[in-house]
Amino acid sequence: MSKIKVVHYINQFFANIGGEEKADFPAEIRVGEVVGPGLALSQKFGDEAEIVATIICGDSYFNENLDKAKADILAMVKEHKPDVFVAGPAFNAGRYGVACGTIADAVQEELGIPAVTGMYVENPGADMFKNKVYMVSTKNSAAGMRDAVGKLAPLALKLAKGEKIGASCQEGYMPNGVRVNFFEKERGSKRAVKMLLKKLADKPFETEYPMPSFDRVDPNPAVKDLSKATIALVTSGGIVPKGNPDHIESSNASHYGEYDIEGVMDLTAETYETAHGGYDPVYANEDADRVLPVDVLREMEKNGVIGKLHNKFYTTVGNGTAVASAKAFADEYAQKLKADGVDAVILTST
Amino acid sequence: MVKGIEAAGIPVVHMCTVTPISMTVGANRIVPTIAIPHPLGNPALTKEEEYELRKGLVEKALNALTTEVEGQTIFDK
Repeated sequence: MSKIKVVHYINQFFANIGGEEKADFPAEIRVGEVVGPGLALSQKFGDEAEIVATIICGDSYFNENLDKAKADILAMVKEHKPDVFVAGPAFNAGRYGVACGTIADAVQEELGIPAVTGMYVENPGADMFKNKVYMVSTKNSAAGMRDAVGKLAPLALKLAKGEKIGASCQEGYMPNGVRVNFFEKERGSKRAVKMLLKKLADKPFETEYPMPSFDRVDPNPAVKDLSKATIALVTSGGIVPKGNPDHIESSNASHYGEYDIEGVMDLTAETYETAHGGYDPVYANEDADRVLPVDVLREMEKNGVIGKLHNKFYTTVGNGTAVASAKAFADEYAQKLKADGVDAVILTST
Repeated sequence: MVKGIEAAGIPVVHMCTVTPISMTVGANRIVPTIAIPHPLGNPALTKEEEYELRKGLVEKALNALTTEVEGQTIFDK
């Protein structure tokens, strides 16, 4: 039997092309080359499968040129007619995760080729695509490569061979909402009593029906009169006073900053910069208004378009930052904003 | 963070480039922006043109804040 053909998708970072300064790298195919994480995948595949081509695309390029990047990559994949398409793993890299999910889904839907990807559960790409493509759950950094590849490779082989895929907990993919009927050995009442006994004894037990977490907040009513409203600026783009006085981390931030902009009319290269390590900082360092539009809002304040620009802004680095941390930051500063009589917030993200 | 602010009772508009992420995190008022490393700017333009571009985007954001919405809405006009 001939070997299973695999096409592998990775970003500019894992292809060793560069970091954020190269994130605008357009899609490129390397035929017959195994690159970066592809080496570990190949090893796991052994004699069963081979990577016939590797497609590389910059994370910013993909997300900013979604339609073109998707079309270009689909054309590349189509030409090589793989038996299975593997994207990533993306770990906790947000744009990379979204790219992996988008392209894996497109390959499956538009080319009819089975696809698999992998990432950390808090990656935004996970919620977006876990119900559409098989998505292996990985650790939050590339230190988890071995573990990730250990799940990705066997799942890719099974998909290529058209074998039956087992339950998410057996195969290591994220639950995708598909339910399969099967017969339990013990009847329901007995299982329920066992669970209850474990619970009463403070022992761990596994529910058979996890409650869905509804995580939506209803929109607040609109601002009635802008000319009397106090507007505050918040950003996850890491804008800080030059020198980053509170040492906000470039990724996985542990805190947020609160900075006074009383009398500040314009953010300049001499006074502000970004602490964010997840995008090319050149443009924000040149002119931080490109992320936090203080200059424009000052003009609008002067002209009476808005009542007032709040004299403090809140900032953190939304780069691999845990959802729980981001939520805790927001809960805290939102109370301050409320206490200060802020009527509405403009939150900018990079 | 968007949800945290909204939950505190303050209307909030999320300005970002990758709007599908904003939809996933649950922002209700969303304004698409220019590019990931410079959402509210474009270094290829002159200073004046860039300022006008940014002003236009902020106007969209303010328009979003003064518009009642039922659910998640992208303001791309």
